Amino acid sequence: MKRPMVGVAAGLFAVGLVAAACGSSKSSTSPTTAQSAATAAPSGATTAPSGTAPSTTGKWTTSHPFVAAFIYVGAPSDAGWTHAHDVARLAVQSHFGGVVKTLYKEDVPEGPQVSQVINELINEGANAIFATSYGYQDAMEAAAKVHPNIFFEQATGTDQLANFAEYYGAGEDGDYLGGMAAGFASKSGQIGFVAPYPIPEVIREIDAFTMGARSVHPGATVRVVWTNTWFDPTKERAAAESLAGAGVDVLADGQDSPTTGQVAEAHNLPWVGYDSNQESFAPKSWLTGTTYNWAVYYIPDIQAMMNGTWKTHFYYGSLKNGFVQLAPFGPSLTSSQKAAILAKEQAIEAGTFDPFTGPITEQNGTIGVPAGKTLPVYTQTGLSKYSISWFVQGVIGSPKG
Amino acid sequence: MNRNIVIALIVTAIGNGTPLVLAGLGELLAERSGVLNLGVEGMMLMGAVSGFTVSQKLGGPAALVLLAALLGAAAAGAVMALIHAFLSITVRVNQIVSGLALTIFAGTAGLSSYVGQVWKVGGIHGLHQYKAVDLFGLKNLPIVGPIVFHEDPLVYFSVILVAVAMWYLFRTRTGLYLRSVGESPAAADAMGINVTRYRYAHTVLGGALAGLGGAYFTLALAPFWTDGLTAGDGWIAIALVIFAFWRPDLLLLGAYLFGAFVALGPTLQARGIHALPSEFFSAVPYVMTVVVLVAASTGWAKRRLGTPAALGVPYSREGG
Repeated sequence: MKRPMVGVAAGLFAVGLVAAACGSSKSSTSPTTAQSAATAAPSGATTAPSGTAPSTTGKWTTSHPFVAAFIYVGAPSDAGWTHAHDVARLAVQSHFGGVVKTLYKEDVPEGPQVSQVINELINEGANAIFATSYGYQDAMEAAAKVHPNIFFEQATGTDQLANFAEYYGAGEDGDYLGGMAAGFASKSGQIGFVAPYPIPEVIREIDAFTMGARSVHPGATVRVVWTNTWFDPTKERAAAESLAGAGVDVLADGQDSPTTGQVAEAHNLPWVGYDSNQESFAPKSWLTGTTYNWAVYYIPDIQAMMNGTWKTHFYYGSLKNGFVQLAPFGPSLTSSQKAAILAKEQAIEAGTFDPFTGPITEQNGTIGVPAGKTLPVYTQTGLSKYSISWFVQGVIGSPKG
Repeated sequence: MNRNIVIALIVTAIGNGTPLVLAGLGELLAERSGVLNLGVEGMMLMGAVSGFTVSQKLGGPAALVLLAALLGAAAAGAVMALIHAFLSITVRVNQIVSGLALTIFAGTAGLSSYVGQVWKVGGIHGLHQYKAVDLFGLKNLPIVGPIVFHEDPLVYFSVILVAVAMWYLFRTRTGLYLRSVGESPAAADAMGINVTRYRYAHTVLGGALAGLGGAYFTLALAPFWTDGLTAGDGWIAIALVIFAFWRPDLLLLGAYLFGAFVALGPTLQARGIHALPSEFFSAVPYVMTVVVLVAASTGWAKRRLGTPAALGVPYSREGG
């Protein structure tokens, strides 16, 4: 559905846009003593691989700007995942002014084409490349080995090299809170979830969502429909319609577009969205949703690169540092329901509650996480939040897709 | 709302299939005149973004705004088709190349994306939408209620259009002339039929219908524009014309069948039925397309199916 020249053309267009933007941007640098991204790494992070990080000698100026390039899986107009990244890119641009030049390539498929896109970005002078979807990881890692003097960063992945870092955040914490909202809103206890790909990132979010829903609505079930796409309004619509037709009374999604919300609004069903504040797409149905403020990460990270203090890392943002946020509530939740959700949010931020603390029962009734144990974010062996491949009790659907 | 699985499937299938009906019907008319237009995807995207832009920017009563949006979408598709008509009929370039060029020019990261950027209509919620109407107050009838009497106006319009096209192609003199232009332009020319005029008219009409097909996405299915929204439906529409043996009635059936295949996977999953992996169902519509195309390209099928004999062949009176 997407052709290789899409990324090329989009990139050329992006260069044009950036060139125009640079022409008018202010020339003063804006030095900030931003926090080192590495300090925010979670306890579950792996130890950094040996090797040296790229050295960024020289002063970055408007005539010699630091070039930060972004690879998008969709278009900034998706009103979801890529939109959130692009908002952050623009925040980077306005924060640093002319000393940082940002590029982006949109609609890049998660396949062999991404290697070509990476090479194009390097030819365009990229000092750092941010790949914003899981499926880019292998190509990014391969390119990082070939280009030791360029910073490579991968969102939602797991692998690390001296010049290849990982970043993401605890979306599952927001999803747990979104699940609570869905559990409150449901009368029948039947909730539908439109899900993209059956990969751990998504399974973890559905698990957290389901546990949140069942914490306030015992016995509630979450029906999962896989679309096998991050972004395709037609397929997302078919999935949401099929759930509405099967009798669920609340909809939720983990997709990159707000289509599920538009279907929910048409059927007068409450809806929990994802990625960006999507309230305007379904003002009556909107409950809340997990959103990401990627700028919280990008700005200090790029600052560290420019300062020469960058080290490889596994960044995991949180509700507490504002990387993960719960979007404003819609009109239908009562004040006591909102208070219960906010109290849980505070407990997560204070570290006194983690959705992935046992006992957690798997879909098939066995104990997946024993009582008292809290799953780490990521470990190379053993069970971690990054490796969960099973659904919790209450999910109707197959975690294999 | 807990619906019978078959009814739920059919309701979703009709929604998924309607853009294919509109765009496919346009391609069918163009091909009947002997012009193959592979630019359907590009024309649909232009229709989708143009219709959505008009619906966002124009003030006034919703019904009028939506009507103007449809006209805008049809006009955008028609203008694109006019380019193809000029290149393939007047200049007589290779129709495949010209059509492909149209899709690339207007497609994702092309003109349609540019229009969306210029008017800043990407990623925002549409102000107006064609919603399902309760026809004759019969939407609660068992079985036929939700299927027949509770659709949006564009679904009814597309079905009427198919009936009109059937009548036009097989019951009118102009339709007969059109078919003869597609079969044997030289013979038609000798009879005094203006081949160029027929081909221009039906290619442009086809573009207008493709534009409407695209607009169905942004004005009815999900009031929202983003780059590449139609996600390959233009190509499916071209395949459906072959599937339908160049007959509008079979095209309608094929489009709904295709829509049902798209809906089948999610509908089974939503009811907790996991007989096969969801990837299988995602692939089924495309596998069906390949099977149909292979079947339609056999010698037997070519003799029986009624492919317009002059399809894809430019006509020049000098015998070129």
